[in-house]
Amino acid sequence: MSPRMFYIAFNTFREAVRDRVLYNLIAFAVLLSGAAIFVGQISIQIERLVVVNLGLTAVSLFGIVIAIFIGIGLVSKEIEKRTLYTMLSRPVRRWEFIVGKFLGLAGTLMVNTFFMAIGVFGALLYVAHKFTAPDALILVALYFIILEFLIICALALLFSSFSSPLLSAVFAFSLFVIGSFADDLRGFAALTHGLTRWLATGAAYLVPNFSALNVISAVAHAQPIGLQLILQNTLYALFYTAMTLSAAVLIFERRNLK
Amino acid sequence: MTAAQRTTVIASGCLAVSMVACILLLQHIDEIRPPAAVDDALYVNSPKLLKRASLGFDGLMACIYWTRAVQYFGERHFNHAASYNELAPLLEITTALDPHLLPAYQFGASFLAPNPPNGAGQPDRAIQLMRFGIAHNPDNWRLYYNLGFVYYTELKDYEKASQVFEEGSEVPGANSLMKVLAAKMAFHAGDLATARLLWSSTYESTQDSYVRANAIEHLRAIKVDEDVTNLQAAVTRFGERTGQLPTSMAELAAAEHFRGIPTDPDGHPYRLTSDGRIEVQNPDDFNFLTKGLPRGYKPPALPQFHHRE
Amino acid sequence: MAAIEILGLEKTYMVGFWQKRPKRALQPLHLAVEEGEIFGFLGPNGAGKTTTLKLLMGLVFPTAGTARILGHEWTDPAIKAQIGFLPEQPYFYDYLTAHELLDYYGQLSGVPGKERKHKVEEVLQRVGLTDVKGVQLRKFSKGMLQRVGIAQAILHNPRVVFFDEPMSGLDPLGRREVRDLIEQLKHEGKTVFFSTHILPDAEALCDRVAIIHKGELRGVGAVADLTSTVQGKVEVIWHGTQIPASMKALGAECHVTGETVRAIVPEKQQDAAIDALRRERLRLIAITPLRTSLEAYFVEKLQHSQTTAGTRS
Ligand SMILES: Nc1ncnc2c1ncn2[C@@H]1O[C@H](COP(=O)(O)OP(=O)(O)O)[C@@H](O)[C@H]1O
Ligand SMILES: [Mg+2]
Repeated sequence: MSPRMFYIAFNTFREAVRDRVLYNLIAFAVLLSGAAIFVGQISIQIERLVVVNLGLTAVSLFGIVIAIFIGIGLVSKEIEKRTLYTMLSRPVRRWEFIVGKFLGLAGTLMVNTFFMAIGVFGALLYVAHKFTAPDALILVALYFIILEFLIICALALLFSSFSSPLLSAVFAFSLFVIGSFADDLRGFAALTHGLTRWLATGAAYLVPNFSALNVISAVAHAQPIGLQLILQNTLYALFYTAMTLSAAVLIFERRNLK
Repeated sequence: MTAAQRTTVIASGCLAVSMVACILLLQHIDEIRPPAAVDDALYVNSPKLLKRASLGFDGLMACIYWTRAVQYFGERHFNHAASYNELAPLLEITTALDPHLLPAYQFGASFLAPNPPNGAGQPDRAIQLMRFGIAHNPDNWRLYYNLGFVYYTELKDYEKASQVFEEGSEVPGANSLMKVLAAKMAFHAGDLATARLLWSSTYESTQDSYVRANAIEHLRAIKVDEDVTNLQAAVTRFGERTGQLPTSMAELAAAEHFRGIPTDPDGHPYRLTSDGRIEVQNPDDFNFLTKGLPRGYKPPALPQFHHRE
Repeated sequence: MAAIEILGLEKTYMVGFWQKRPKRALQPLHLAVEEGEIFGFLGPNGAGKTTTLKLLMGLVFPTAGTARILGHEWTDPAIKAQIGFLPEQPYFYDYLTAHELLDYYGQLSGVPGKERKHKVEEVLQRVGLTDVKGVQLRKFSKGMLQRVGIAQAILHNPRVVFFDEPMSGLDPLGRREVRDLIEQLKHEGKTVFFSTHILPDAEALCDRVAIIHKGELRGVGAVADLTSTVQGKVEVIWHGTQIPASMKALGAECHVTGETVRAIVPEKQQDAAIDALRRERLRLIAITPLRTSLEAYFVEKLQHSQTTAGTRS
C-alpha cells in the first residue's frame, strides 16, 4: 500500500490543527466542568446520570459539527482554491486523495474525542468520587460515537466531492437527522403499501442508521450492551463508510477540475 | 486495463458489496436490539424534560412519538402480545410534547382501555390520559365523549360516564346527543339500546375510517346480542308452553310466528343447539359478541373488521 | 523519442447553468516535443494554452484524443514522478511554510527522506527564496508564490517540466532569473514545455514554438528558421483593399485586414514597393522594419484567421 494516503492524512490533520479546530475542547471543558460543579453542588442523586448523558451528548454533537464543517470543504475547497493542481500532477491517485483526506479527518476527530473522553471521566470522578464497573460501558458509548463520526466524515466527503460547501452541509446535516430516526423510518416504510413501500424501504435502508449507534441513555442507566451489538455495529459502520467512500471515489475519478 | 478503469471496477465492486452488507447487517441489528419505541419508553422518565430537550422541535417530536406509539401498538397486536407495557409511557410522552395532538387521546384511549387482545387493558391509564387531554383542550367536547365511553364500556361506571357526558354537553358547540347520552347513562345504562345509541352516534360523528369500522363492529355485535336475547326468550316461552325444547329453528319460527328463519347481520341463519341454546354460525366474523357464542369458544387473537365502508 | 506527443487531444466544455451549451476550448491538437527541447506554447489570452496543460496533467478529461509522455500513456500514474507542473497563478496550502509544503510534495513525489531536506533547501535557493523559514505561505506575495510554484515543479528532479505562464507575476529581475533557470534546466537535459503570451521571453528561450489561437493550432516552427525568414524584412501597410500587381511581383506576402492591407517585403525592395503604391495612388500608412521575428510570425498567424474571418463575413 502506498504511503501517500498517510502523508495526505497527516497534512489534513495538520491543517485542522493549524485552523485551531482543537480549540473546541476549551468550550467542551467549560461546559462539562460547569455542569459537574453545578450538579455536585445541588446533589440530587442523579449526578452520574447528568454527567454521562450531557458529556456523551456533547462529545457526539461537537464531533458531528466538526466532522461536517471540515468534511464539506475537504474536496470542494481544494478544487476551488486550485491546490489540487499541484497534488494531482504528482504520483497521487485520485482515490488516494479521497481516502487520505478521510483518514486525516477521522484521525482529527479521534484525537479530539480522546481528549473529550478524558474530560468526561474526569467530570465523573469529580461528582462520584470513584469509578464503578458500569463506567466501562461509557467506553462502548464513546466507541459507537467514533463509529458514527466515521460515517459522517465519509458522507461529508462524498457531498464535498460533487457539490458546494453550503449544499454539502445541508445534505450532511439532513442525513444526520434522518439517520438518527432511521428506526422510525423503517417503521414508517413498513406501514405503507405498493410502490411507495418499495421506495420507502429502499430509502430507509440506505440512510445511515445512527439509532443503533446511540446508546447514551442505556449507558447512563448502566444497561449492559451485548457483544453482538458491538460487533455488528462495527461491521455496519465500516461497510457504510466503505460504501460512501467508494461512491466518492467513483464521482471524483470522473470529475473535471475547475 | 488502464489504472483509471481498474479504480472504477474496484470502487464499483466495493460499493455494491458494502451496500448489500449494510442492508443485511441492519436486519440483524434490528433483531438484536429493542426498537426505538421501547427504548425511549424505558429511558425517558420525564416527558417534561424531553420537551425542553427537544429545543423547540417538540411539535415534530410529538408526531414522531405518536407514530412510534401506533407502530408499537400495531406490532404488538399483530404478534398477539399479551402486554403493552410501553404504550402508556409513549402516549404520555407524545401528549406531553404536544398536548393538542387530539388523535393521541382519541385513539390512545381506545388502544389503552380495552382488554387484550383488543387493547392494553389499562383503563385507568386511559382515563388519566383523557383527563390530561381535557385539561389542555377543555373546549373539545369529543374528548369528554371518549372519556365517557371508557367509563361506560370498560369500567361499567355509569355514574361517572353520565357525569362526563353531562360536562361535555355544556361545552359550546357540543353535539346535542351528549345531553341524551348523559340522561340515558343515568337511567338505562345497561340497555342494549343505550349501547346502540352510543355506537351509532360515534359512527355518525366521525370521518375516520378506523373509528367507523370499529363502530360498525360494535353495532353488529349489539344486533346479534339483541337477536340472541330475543330468540333465547322465545325458546324459553316454547319450553314453558310445550314442556320440551324446540327441535329445529323452523319449529321455533312456526310456533312464534316469525317471518322466515331469523338471520344474523351477515344473513346467516341463527343455529339452535340440541340443548336449546341460540348460536351464531360464524362466531369468527364478529368481535365484541357477548351472546350467541358456542360453548368454550376462543376468539381469534387478531380481530378483523368485516364490514369496510 | 519524443518527450511529449499530443495526439488529437480536444476539449469541449459544457457551459451554462440550466441549458448547457457546448463551448469548444481546444480543437483536436497534434503536437510533438522532442526530449531536451525548450518548447514555447504561444497564444493570446483565452487561446486554450491552460486547457491543453490541464488535459496533459489529467486535471480535466479530454472530449477525444490521447497523448504520450516519455513514451507512456499520459494517464499512466508511473510517469507522474517524472514530470513537474507549475500551474497558472499557483496557490498552495497557505497554512504551511515553504519548507513544509516542499517537504510534503517531496514525500508525495517519492523523494526519499534523507535527500528531501537537502533538496528543499537547494531548490528554494535556486528560485531565489531565502529567509522564508517559518513564514506561512499566506504571507507570501504573488511573485514569491510563483517562485514556490517553480520550486515544487522541479523539486523531484523531473525529466519533463510543464510551466503555465512562468514569468507572470514576477518583476523584471525575477523574469530574468526564471529565464536563466529554464536555460539551466535545458542544460541539465530536461524538456521544458511552457506557455506564455510574452513573445520576447519565448524568443529568447525557445528552440521551437507553437502558436495557438481560439483553440486551434496555427503554426509550429523552430525559432531559428522563423528568424531567418523575417531577417531584413519590412512591413508595409496601406489604406484600401487593393493589392497592385507590381506589389505581388515583388514577392510580397499580402494580407487584407478590414480597410488596410499589410505586406511583408525584403528590405531591399522597400523603395520599389513604395513606387508601386504611388503609381496606383494608394495611401501609404506605415513602413516598419520587423524587429522581432517571432512577433511577426505570431501576428501573421493570428491575422491569417482575421482575414479569412473578414472575407467570410
Ligand atoms: N472550466 C471551463 N468551463 C468553460 N469554459 C472554459 C473553462 N476553462 C476554460 N474555458 C474556456 O476555454 C478557452 C480557453 O481557455 P484557457 O485554456 O484558459 O486559455 P489560455 O490559458 O490560453 O488563456 C477560453 O475561452 C475559456 O473561456
Ligand atoms: Mg492560461
